[in-house]
Amino acid sequence: MARFILRRLLVIVPMLLVVVSLTWGLIRVAPGNFYSGEKKLPAAIEKNIREKYGLDKPWYVQYGRMLANTARGDFGESLKYPGTTVNSILATTLPVSATLGILAYLLALVVGITAGTIAALKQNSRVDYASMAAAMLGISMPNFVLGPTLVLLFALRWYWLPPARWDGFSLHLILPVLTLSAVYMAYIARLTRSGMLEVLRSNYIRTARAKGLTERDVVVRHAVRGGLLPVVSFSGPALAFLISGTVVVERIFALPGLGNYFINANLNRDEPLIIGIVAFMSIAVLLFNLLVDVAYAFFDPRIRY
Amino acid sequence: MATPSSSPAVPQAGAPGADAPVAGTSLWKDAVKRLRKNRLAVFGFVVVCLVVTASLVGPWIIERATGYTYDYIPTDPALVNAQPPFTAPDGSFSWLHPMGTDDAGRDILARVLLGGRISLMVGVISTFVSLIIGITVGATAGYVGGKVDEAIMRGVDVLYSIPYMMVVIVLLAFFGGRSAIGQLVLLFIALGAVSWLTMARIVRGQVMSLKSQEFILAARATGVPASRIILRHLVPNTLGPVIVYATLTIPSVMLLESFLSFLGLGVQAPLASWGSLAADGIQNIAVFPWQLICPGLTMAVTLFSLNFLGDGLRDALDPQMRKG
Repeated sequence: MARFILRRLLVIVPMLLVVVSLTWGLIRVAPGNFYSGEKKLPAAIEKNIREKYGLDKPWYVQYGRMLANTARGDFGESLKYPGTTVNSILATTLPVSATLGILAYLLALVVGITAGTIAALKQNSRVDYASMAAAMLGISMPNFVLGPTLVLLFALRWYWLPPARWDGFSLHLILPVLTLSAVYMAYIARLTRSGMLEVLRSNYIRTARAKGLTERDVVVRHAVRGGLLPVVSFSGPALAFLISGTVVVERIFALPGLGNYFINANLNRDEPLIIGIVAFMSIAVLLFNLLVDVAYAFFDPRIRY
Repeated sequence: MATPSSSPAVPQAGAPGADAPVAGTSLWKDAVKRLRKNRLAVFGFVVVCLVVTASLVGPWIIERATGYTYDYIPTDPALVNAQPPFTAPDGSFSWLHPMGTDDAGRDILARVLLGGRISLMVGVISTFVSLIIGITVGATAGYVGGKVDEAIMRGVDVLYSIPYMMVVIVLLAFFGGRSAIGQLVLLFIALGAVSWLTMARIVRGQVMSLKSQEFILAARATGVPASRIILRHLVPNTLGPVIVYATLTIPSVMLLESFLSFLGLGVQAPLASWGSLAADGIQNIAVFPWQLICPGLTMAVTLFSLNFLGDGLRDALDPQMRKG
């Protein structure tokens, strides 16, 4: 197990190298620059800017500097927000995105697993159809329709909850978390249902029933573990994605999260910021996938690394 | 998962034989029969057909029936303001605008139908683009195998971890400042280019399991070139899962387009899609909620139906999954 984890941790380095290099190449070949705007700059000013940011150097020098920065974990100053380092932007936005993402995912897990298990146990019943239809609606309803509709009802019509803004751990979180978790709830419910259905037909469940366990024990102690495997493997990428921010929800609720910065950085060609966020995201993806694999061994005792 | 034509189907073969005495139904006929029994899938199919038809002929009918100009601006200046659904300017009930009007007095139903054309087009064409890329890459990797396969699939892994938003933004920037139609074509390509990864994986898996079967061996023994084997023998046999996944890609691409339009990166002003209409509606949510709710709900219902149809297709084409 320890060797497995170590090997997977080592893979992060080449993966990161490739992802960061590709990103860098993509920004470099894209037309437009962080200083180019509506009006074309006078040549002398443009030359000064390029000199100041080292853009007049050959490409391999710039590439090397970017790699060195990434290796040190210090991505330098943002081009669009001068005087602000990329790391400080990450440090202020990450807690917002992470709080939102983790809360939304926890809610989605609780609701999704419950609904999915009940649907599987009562297959083809009304409860099953209703919860699966609700799940499909959750998948089909765009965030930017659900979010404003919730705001309209709960904030603007009934005045129960605040409509937007970031205010730490408070009532302000309820609507964005609900909006964000809807899709994940739906996916988890569907995954749980199909996973449970498969497990409930397997031999070890028949054994558990045959040795006289109550239905409750069969489900809680045996079936859930195996039935949740699809949810576990879904959770890695989903959590990584949620933590790295979700633009749409951040825009609707005016939250200072990572996703909004990332989109703006791309539009502004703010290279250090893009590289910083992409590096963070891919490390998050790889780490969460590793976590998933470790969790797999716990959920399915047949798996050995 | 399981292929309709490979071994997992065998244990099933004995059971349905009992209630189906007539021999000789093909896989596709069977699938259609199963699909028609699935009420939700039929419902999805009907709704999708309705939405497509309405988007195609609806705007034309509205133009004829109401005498509005081609961009649905009322000719009577007294009508230039936002009105709730089913309401005449004097506040009484009226059938004229079932979805209300926007700030310029344009009929939202007409805008939604026009937007539907764009949204559906984005869904279908981008999915087609992703199909072509995905099948080419996946079939090549699966058939050639070895080092090539390894390299291609590692490449796919890397592309998975590059945020798609960044790729779309960069791709859209390449041809900035083009005409509205040019922008739209670009959007098709950009969306297709970021959604082929899973398709490639599915096709690769299918091809890998197919290529060791006898009929491929026979083709190779008779000297059929590799490109022909892939195109004529392997790809047609992967169609089941590919069609299923493509049906599910359409709603996901439409959703992706609407996110882009919401961020102001998708369909540009003279044209509209459901996403951009809903994005416009959000500006006025507190005062004119129908401007968000009407296009948003239309979109949700369409995606809902497409998803059910896709799910039904999967259950129909894949007897293994059907049990679940």
